[in-house]
Amino acid sequence: MMKFLAAVVLIVAPLSAEVTVIKNATIMTESSKGTIKGSILVRDGKIAEVGENIMIPQGATVIDASGQWVIPGIIDCHSHIAVDGNMNETSVSVSSMVNIKDVINPEDVAIYRALAGGVTTVNVLHGSANSIGGQTIVIKTRWGKDAQGLIFEGATPGIKFALGENPKRAGNPQAGRGGAPVPLRYPATRMGVEDTIREAFNDAKQYKAEWDAYDAATKAGQHPIPPRKDLRLESLKEVLEGKRFVHAHCYRADEILMLIRIADDYGFKIKTFQHVLEGYKVANEIAAHGAGGSTFSDWWGYKMEAIDAIPYNAALMAKKGIVVSLNSDDAELMRRLNTEAAKAMKYGGVSREDALAMVTLNPAKQLAIDNRVGSIEPGKDADIVIYDKDPLSTMSKVQKVMIDGNKYFDRDNEVSGRPQKELEKEKLMQEQDQQQKKAAPARRPQ
Amino acid sequence: MQYVMKNAVLAVLVCCGCALGQPQPTSLAIRNARIVTVSGPVIAKGTVVLRDGLIDAVGDSVQPPAGAEIIDGEGLTVYPGLVDGLSTWGMPMAAAGRGGRGGTQPAAPAPPPARGPEDRPATTSWIKAADQIQMNDRRIEMARNAGFTTAVVFPTQGIFGGQGSVIDLAGAKPEDMVLVPSVGQYISMIPQRAGYPAALMGVIAYVRQIYLDADHYKLVKAAYDHDPRGMKRPEYDRALEGVIESKRILLPANREVEMDRMLRFAAELKQTAVLYGMHEGYRAGDLLKKSNATVLVSLKWPEKARDADPDEVDTFRTLETREKAPTAPMVLKQAGVKFAFYTDGVDASREIQRAVKKAIDSGLPREDAVRALTLSPAEIYGIADRLGSVEKGKIANLVVTRGEIFDDRTKVEMVFIDGVKHLPTPEPAGRGGASTENPGERQ
Repeated sequence: MMKFLAAVVLIVAPLSAEVTVIKNATIMTESSKGTIKGSILVRDGKIAEVGENIMIPQGATVIDASGQWVIPGIIDCHSHIAVDGNMNETSVSVSSMVNIKDVINPEDVAIYRALAGGVTTVNVLHGSANSIGGQTIVIKTRWGKDAQGLIFEGATPGIKFALGENPKRAGNPQAGRGGAPVPLRYPATRMGVEDTIREAFNDAKQYKAEWDAYDAATKAGQHPIPPRKDLRLESLKEVLEGKRFVHAHCYRADEILMLIRIADDYGFKIKTFQHVLEGYKVANEIAAHGAGGSTFSDWWGYKMEAIDAIPYNAALMAKKGIVVSLNSDDAELMRRLNTEAAKAMKYGGVSREDALAMVTLNPAKQLAIDNRVGSIEPGKDADIVIYDKDPLSTMSKVQKVMIDGNKYFDRDNEVSGRPQKELEKEKLMQEQDQQQKKAAPARRPQ
Repeated sequence: MQYVMKNAVLAVLVCCGCALGQPQPTSLAIRNARIVTVSGPVIAKGTVVLRDGLIDAVGDSVQPPAGAEIIDGEGLTVYPGLVDGLSTWGMPMAAAGRGGRGGTQPAAPAPPPARGPEDRPATTSWIKAADQIQMNDRRIEMARNAGFTTAVVFPTQGIFGGQGSVIDLAGAKPEDMVLVPSVGQYISMIPQRAGYPAALMGVIAYVRQIYLDADHYKLVKAAYDHDPRGMKRPEYDRALEGVIESKRILLPANREVEMDRMLRFAAELKQTAVLYGMHEGYRAGDLLKKSNATVLVSLKWPEKARDADPDEVDTFRTLETREKAPTAPMVLKQAGVKFAFYTDGVDASREIQRAVKKAIDSGLPREDAVRALTLSPAEIYGIADRLGSVEKGKIANLVVTRGEIFDDRTKVEMVFIDGVKHLPTPEPAGRGGASTENPGERQ
């Protein structure tokens, strides 16, 4: 019974907090206030006040963060966590009919690990095996909620595009790498990648015209039979209508320019170039298009198309006026995006605040959710991370993480709860080993 | 084969009896037996009268009609015949592998990989289990030995496997066995090895597209039927015909996450859904109740694989699920969720008995275990008006045991199928539950 009660309390706890004050902290607000020493008042899941002196309302939960640092929840603009099944629909070169939203796995432990690394918002993308990949979704790391509970309400959904080696390799019969040979799939060259995207948008334009005609006829009081709804083209129609963001995986300058030309030809915008390792070479063009750049801090040379990457990419793109974020693309790296941001200070001399913005406010802008998250300002969601030390230092550890004003991670609870969990697991393992041993001899003679 | 012959003779006898008014007894009575009616209270000592394949009378003061064959039920218990809620008994084995059009014909060459939903990959939605029955399937006899009289069998190959049928587990010819030819569409979420869809999200997108296409198909067809002049005729699409014909869909869900996903998906598709699997049903009582879900619980409880790598450490969840999966029926019962059992590849009578007993030992009252294999599956498939309980007017499918059903030492004495008596046959020793396809296992 006690165990049952404890379980109930654990589940209910994140819902209960209504007014919380975090006091005596060093707060990197990532707003015009800069970095201050002071307090944050959280009410009903939103940041109500930020300042050096804040009245603590009666009954408020007070977290004393003396000597500690507070930053806005980290946002990862490129991740593949929390996905059930394969993150690539590899069979076709345009897989725009599939949707990550359909396969969110709220029990992926990578969510909790990311949360423990201060990540509160994640752009979950389809893989990069297709010229046009699947539909994408923005989630919050609300560990313990169901799939719907993770979804960032109101965030514009996206679609993944991919250029270069990945989509063409998926079409190459030698891509099996010693395993089963992969069936040949168009495209197998960069030219083919461009062609598949153009063909898809030719189809999408025609599809959109059919639906527009149908909508017009319906409005005029006629009752025509609607066109067939095609999920593959439906999402591209949304791109043409500006209702769905394009997040394009890319490396080389030439393919970046190629995609900008396609976008201009068909009248849509690229919201972010992802990885964009040669972005520094074509930063003016990217800035002119209005796209963001979401890059790695210092990964390069891991394949031919990454050979010209430099760690100054983020700083150089930012200097040209591009909104730049640093992403993980990896469940492990995701846990320490704070130090990824710090690398921008080393490579390119970015200021502390601007460096941290590359994993907070900037990805929020790239996902058009900066009205809700990305900085510590009144009116925004109370997505807050408390570090014991300077968050831009490798020595710092996340202490607490709050999302919508509710505490989802607490290092003290995590560490103190481990021995009990280990014990329970050990017990289950022993029981099941014994059961198996007991069952085994009875089966042998047959 | 011998069995089939015997059935044939019996059936012919019964038929002759009713058709020609011959003196052979057309009715049969089990006297002085304990009767678990399931639909009503247990009758401590009573009589069941079977006539022309139907239950003619049941009660504690019923008199056997004159000339009826009498079975002394002293020390015996009569239950409704057990029903497997999702089964492949009598279905042809999958030789063509997955992913094929017409995948049930073993000789069919593998189709080229699908390039999109328009190729209708892994879809045989038009197939009816009733048209596929293989009477020589040994598992039918094994099922009768375990007390089963009826199964809801499905073609389970591919994503849209086909339409399930309710069949009796005996008959002179396949047609005799069919109670209801089409009760729903079997859907799996298994990605294809080659071609579209290659990922879970692709499978979901494909299923969604099929239902969108089905809606559109109906619209176009209706318009054409209304006035074909000047209109291009809609192209016949058997995949959509099969889907439209299906009264309900079966969707796989072992994990709680999958239950949530599939319930939402069914609501989006506006389909009546039955979820099958339920390994984590022990966690999901509230979720399932809230969604008013109907579920089929696999009797193949999750176990550590015998050839598992000894160095591999299972996750806490895996360990917990193995421990608690058999409590799922109890949890569902307490939450008020409508559920039935299905054998899921557990075929040997002893194994089935053990599997059900495990649920009882984990807290499911025995009467609910019986219900989950009789009246509940009948209700789930909308055939409780003819099956699932010992009631006057229902089909005479019964199982008669010595001892409480599902107990270790209880013996199935006989089963009645359409009023015809079948005695258990000796089973080859050592034939475990390892068998065929396991619906819901390979996601």
